[in-house]
Amino acid sequence: MIQFSNYDIISNLLFATQWTILLSLAAFIGGTSVALLLTAMRLTRNPAMQTVVRIYVELFQGTPLLMQMFLCFFGLSMLGYEISAWSAAILSLTCFTSAFLVEIWRGCIDTLPKGQWEACRCLGLSFLQTLRHIILPQAIRVATAPTVGFSVQVIKGTALASVIGFVELTKVGTMLNNATFEPFKVFTLVALIYFALCYPLSLYSKHLEKKFNVSR
Amino acid sequence: MSLVNLHQVHKYYGDLHVLKGIDLDIKAGEVVSIIGKSGSGKSTLLRCINGLEEYQQGGITVDGNEVTTEDIQVRRLALSVGMIFQNFNLFPHMTVGENIMLAPTIVLKKSKAEAEEIARAMLLKVGLEEKFDSYPEKLSGGQQQRVAIARALAMSPKVLLCDEITSALDPELVGEVLKVLEQLAKEGMTLVLVTHEMNFARDVGSKVVFMHQGKVWEEGDSKTLLSDPQTDELKQFIGAVL
Amino acid sequence: MLYFSDLLQYSDTFLSGLRTTVELTVLTTILGVALGTTCAAIRQYGNTVSQRVVASYVELIRNTPFIVQLFFIFFGLPAIGMKLSPWEASIIALTINLGAYSTEIIRAGLGSISKGQVEAAKVLGLTFRQTLFRIIFIPAFEKIYPALVSQCIIVMLGSAVISQISVADLTYAANLVQSRNFRAFESYLVTALLYLGLSIILRFVLDAIGKRLFAYRAIK
Ligand SMILES: Nc1ncnc2c1ncn2[C@@H]1O[C@H](COP(=O)(O)OP(=O)(O)OP(=O)(O)O)[C@@H](O)[C@H]1O
Ligand SMILES: [Mg+2]
Repeated sequence: MIQFSNYDIISNLLFATQWTILLSLAAFIGGTSVALLLTAMRLTRNPAMQTVVRIYVELFQGTPLLMQMFLCFFGLSMLGYEISAWSAAILSLTCFTSAFLVEIWRGCIDTLPKGQWEACRCLGLSFLQTLRHIILPQAIRVATAPTVGFSVQVIKGTALASVIGFVELTKVGTMLNNATFEPFKVFTLVALIYFALCYPLSLYSKHLEKKFNVSR
Repeated sequence: MSLVNLHQVHKYYGDLHVLKGIDLDIKAGEVVSIIGKSGSGKSTLLRCINGLEEYQQGGITVDGNEVTTEDIQVRRLALSVGMIFQNFNLFPHMTVGENIMLAPTIVLKKSKAEAEEIARAMLLKVGLEEKFDSYPEKLSGGQQQRVAIARALAMSPKVLLCDEITSALDPELVGEVLKVLEQLAKEGMTLVLVTHEMNFARDVGSKVVFMHQGKVWEEGDSKTLLSDPQTDELKQFIGAVL
Repeated sequence: MLYFSDLLQYSDTFLSGLRTTVELTVLTTILGVALGTTCAAIRQYGNTVSQRVVASYVELIRNTPFIVQLFFIFFGLPAIGMKLSPWEASIIALTINLGAYSTEIIRAGLGSISKGQVEAAKVLGLTFRQTLFRIIFIPAFEKIYPALVSQCIIVMLGSAVISQISVADLTYAANLVQSRNFRAFESYLVTALLYLGLSIILRFVLDAIGKRLFAYRAIK
């Protein structure tokens, strides 16, 4: 059996952290893109489109992320679509992220007074012009804090990719645990690294929220 | 010639019959005050005139064009009908100047320079030329409402609809807004205002429309109507307000 | 092709998994909200030291993944002498997790009760206990109840992870079935739908409880 020094453990964990960060970034970018699309669909006020978005949100918010990953990974390959753990993780995290973001953003858009829409209508702005010049600039200001806050959920969500075998921080943690039989040390370190990734984002989100509330 | 014409307009909110056959004719240059108790349908009437609400029966024309809530129609309507709201509805993320220049540039496709010239002229008219670069939140309520008026005027509308535009203001700020309206009236602007300011209605207005339970209960020349009401309802209303 | 009929013979497995998940959810929802209420009260009204302790607990849990918390409790704690069964470890992990999130939510509710309300209660001669329950807790809970319900559902869905320390819950059942009949897609799809049903039912039940709890509203 190979001996692992504390240094080995930490350097292995830190190396794996890169993959956690990369996966988080990919999921966050994917998630925001899809959420933008869904938000646009919802704003069209076309009942069919709105129903599609509602069902999407209900499905991905109402089922476990782990189950979504299993479906993407084992399920799709069973159906003949070969998919790597990396792709499956990104795909499911994108769905998960977008389902929550689209709801968060809806809340932000809804907090804008109806009078803003009406004033635009009375000035002759089209729907898209209203969105572009009046609604989005204001909604983005409101939405930044909760969106940054949600990025913490995305990072934590990537830990589940370990279950389908993607080698990131949690997976390396369990591997090191099996090799060293020092679970207390290993999982404490793993938790601390996650904390170091997430806590600054949490703080930043709170800061943004305060700043926004003051400026209002 | 009539500028705004309503013929037997009926409006329902679900089962609630809000407007029960409104006939109204407004000529260019008239200053029409709509008065009546809360819930009598005054706001609804204004909102039907500029296409914010749809009506179920009858017809409305502005400057000869039929009013509907179709997007394109509303946008064309916006060119001839301006609207001022009780709570201003300025765009908080834009400066006063940007608020006013927005519609002229992106709806009327005017150049930036042209739009700025208009914006400054309109601000001068409402007495706020030095506030061009301020944000709305830095202004008092009365100033915000005057900016809203300037914003509507920048589209050179033929008629201006005002829904209780002084109701959200502190008493000492009401005067400055009314003064702007009076000036507009003198210049020949057609105004339709829902208001509780009876003195203003009598002294500046040319016509008063008293609404009661979704109907035009009484209408006529502002001075005669207010000093010599015909119906008990209007007598009661005037008694309660004065 | 999909073969859902192949799953029928495993319905007992699914049902027993479903039962485990439901039991665990009921238990940890009660324990977690109780823990959250206690911590929120400390956070709002306690002394500085206890406030700090609670704040650290909340931040620590909210900024680390549940699966790591679970592994730490199940694998890590025995190494320092606290031996736990998978079932015990799951209950502890889920309770601690929900406790941290609900602390934040409930605290926001408590913070929204103005001093004037409490003073008015005092003037009217309400006792401390009456004030605490009628003037503070119930209105505070009413404000944040929807957020709390959503969090309980999120934790219920998160409980899928306990299958990884071989608690025989719904997800465990899905894994078991697909390893037997190799129908991964069907098995996981059915399980996902079961979870969806669970979350809809849980929301329905909690909303109904909320309606009773805050029934005084209906009186007016
Ligand atoms: N969006 C709506 N949906 C349903 N009912 C409405 C709506 N808007 C107004 N109403 C109802 O229509 C009736 C007329 O409302 P309206 O706002 O036109 O009255 P108003 O004369 O302007 O009153 P106020 O002086 O209070 O502004 C009221 O009974 C009101 O409750
Ligand atoms: Mg009104």
